Amino acid sequence: MLSKHGIFERHSWLLSIGILVVVAIGGLVEIVPLFYIKSTIEKVEGMRPYTPLELTGRDIYIREGCYVCHSQMIRSLRDEVERYGHYSLAAESMYDHPFQWGSKRTGPDLARVGGKYSNSWHLAHMTNPRSVVPESIMPGYPWLAERKLDPEEMAEKLKTLAIVGVPYSEEMIANAAADLEAQSNPEADGAEAVVQRYPKAVVGDFDGKPGEVTELDAMIAYLQMLGTLVDFTKYDAAGPNLR
Amino acid sequence: MTAIEEREETSAFSDALAVLGAALGTILGLYLVAFSPDPVMKFHGALLGGTSVLGALYVLTQLTGNQTAAREFYHDGPIKFAAIASVFWGIAGFIVGDIIAWQMAFPWLNFDLPWTSFGRLRPLHTSAVIFAFGGNALIATSFYVVQRTSKARLFGRWSPWFVVIGYNLFIVIAGTGYILGVTQSKEYAEPEWYADLWLTVVWVAYLVVFAGTLMKRKEPHIYVANWFYLAFILTIAMLHIVNNLAVPVSFAGTKSYILFSGVQDAMTQWWYGHNAVGFFLTAGFLGMMYYFIPKRAERPVYSYRLSIVHFWSLIFLYIWAGPHHLHYTALPDWAQTLGATFSIMLWMPSWGGMINGLMTLSGAWDKLRTDPVIRMMVVSVAFYGMSTFEGPLMSLKAVNSLSHYTDWTIGHVHSGALGWVGMISFGALYCLFPWLWKRRGLYSMRLVEWHFWLSTIGILLYITAMWVSGILQGLMWRAYDELGFLKYSFVETVDAMHIPYIIRASGGLLFIIGALIMAYNLWRTVRSEVSVDAESQPLVAAAPALRSTLAAAE
Repeated sequence: MLSKHGIFERHSWLLSIGILVVVAIGGLVEIVPLFYIKSTIEKVEGMRPYTPLELTGRDIYIREGCYVCHSQMIRSLRDEVERYGHYSLAAESMYDHPFQWGSKRTGPDLARVGGKYSNSWHLAHMTNPRSVVPESIMPGYPWLAERKLDPEEMAEKLKTLAIVGVPYSEEMIANAAADLEAQSNPEADGAEAVVQRYPKAVVGDFDGKPGEVTELDAMIAYLQMLGTLVDFTKYDAAGPNLR
Repeated sequence: MTAIEEREETSAFSDALAVLGAALGTILGLYLVAFSPDPVMKFHGALLGGTSVLGALYVLTQLTGNQTAAREFYHDGPIKFAAIASVFWGIAGFIVGDIIAWQMAFPWLNFDLPWTSFGRLRPLHTSAVIFAFGGNALIATSFYVVQRTSKARLFGRWSPWFVVIGYNLFIVIAGTGYILGVTQSKEYAEPEWYADLWLTVVWVAYLVVFAGTLMKRKEPHIYVANWFYLAFILTIAMLHIVNNLAVPVSFAGTKSYILFSGVQDAMTQWWYGHNAVGFFLTAGFLGMMYYFIPKRAERPVYSYRLSIVHFWSLIFLYIWAGPHHLHYTALPDWAQTLGATFSIMLWMPSWGGMINGLMTLSGAWDKLRTDPVIRMMVVSVAFYGMSTFEGPLMSLKAVNSLSHYTDWTIGHVHSGALGWVGMISFGALYCLFPWLWKRRGLYSMRLVEWHFWLSTIGILLYITAMWVSGILQGLMWRAYDELGFLKYSFVETVDAMHIPYIIRASGGLLFIIGALIMAYNLWRTVRSEVSVDAESQPLVAAAPALRSTLAAAE
């Protein structure tokens, strides 16, 4: 049979087609069904798109390469569930373009870090990690508190995410700039509207600088919501969600 | 029309096309400089525009009419460029890698500045070593190999130059982007949408040059090394395009959002990520192995049948292995099981390739003692065998539950990257430089010995330190005390890594010193024809054209 192989060695176009067919199969079988098999993503209550401030925080998380040291994927293993909380569901990253599951835990998993520490702990930790965790090897990010956000960029970002399938409503897009500022200012008129549009959103002056919306506000707002959306008192892993 | 006239006409056409392309690049670059609100995009526009202007000026000085000297049969200019670029980027990438290794032992080395913090430098390191060092080595060797084994000159007049210059422009755009905070956070696919589009254009040109050269070959059969190079080029094109599908926020800005999300994006990413290993770092470098080991050992490839079985099974099985990066995650179980199953099967073709490479030395094992360049390549294949055994082991769910998220993975990657990819490239570069610059041999074979031992010891320190820290950390994470509580807090496991991190960084330093010695040796080889130890170098170290005279002189 191997003597027939000569035909691939004499025709470069045939060799190319052969290679393309052979390398296409695995990807087709493993990726395409994930878009069609309904049980791939569980039905859960509570998932919503990111608020403009959280989304900005997420963009900064990506920009600074946090994903190279922190995972956001709790595996279904006893020690992980005890250390970090309920194992991560596929539904919890359904609005993540791109996903942030990570591949390395130089630092701890962050999938459910939301609400575990106070805003002021995060403020101190982001500025100088060793001020609160002496053995930490994380870099400090003091510049985040110095950089102000530009609310005008928000609407375009939400529109782009709507194109790739995140259910941002027209109302959310129209109020994107206002929501960005309101979420970091508990005194603002729009603060209640943010929580109405985005249930469970945490409003607060995260960076301790009233009147200024900085990158640090966004980063802490993002960290404080991670893993808090799905209501696990209503989630039954053995029920119809079972994959 | 005579053949000469015909050649002049196609050359004139190529010149016009090259100038037109450069003009388009200049206009696009100027547009971005003038109208982009994003400073990074302005900078990258300037890079594109500047390179295009220089390219156009160069083409205009080299128009067909000005060419009087007879050209050489093989087109080696772009190969020399890529070979030098590979050495340059290799050293840059190793140094950045060692800096971030020291940062993990001593976090103050991050300096708390955006441009020097670990999160931005780590993608710089991975891209510099994989795509800049490895990519240039692959382009250089594939252009060399395809010409020699096809007995044909590279296809196109300017397109080979476009491939090497365009590819290195992509590297600069990607690397400066990371430092300035432009990334889409997909590992080993961090460059943003516009850099991805540019790479796509360059990659298509690469395919055209490579396949075009194969089409006009004078040899009836396509040599086995070229099957691997072709599979590498085609598959990387497929992976790159699908994994980077994204919608930019604006056409003059750097930011985009990836088309897929969550679990589908994770699967697509690791389908890409694992096959960046499988096709960039394996298939491409197997092409290198299949040319340079037989050539240097002056022995035919061990088994033609094994080559065929090994080639098709390797490229078929590799594509499936991605999900082993996602064990016990929210990826459906059926996909995880498929990933693990195919990863185990992958062990066989991998070792088929290793056996074919090693056994090529049958009857010439004495060369291991006399020729350190051969030794480097053979040790490289041994590292390939070791890491392709370790990989399937780690893809088992039970092992992966311990190894995943730890330094064991980092150690595994580096036994493949430093041991296999690094050493086979060094071997190929040691062959290529005297051959391309028409030298009697390398400047010094003793320096190759030094390089060999420094990098081997460096790699061993690196991977043993990572085994210790990875397995230790994995065990600490899952340790329980007698009351049934988790025994260690997370930060205690970080603290335990300190000494292994210092040993790893020291091993990396040895590897860098070895690479610097190589750079000096290659630079001296290019600069002058003198070898300090010509008598201890094999005849095959000399450029092909010089070998018959040298043999006659002996």
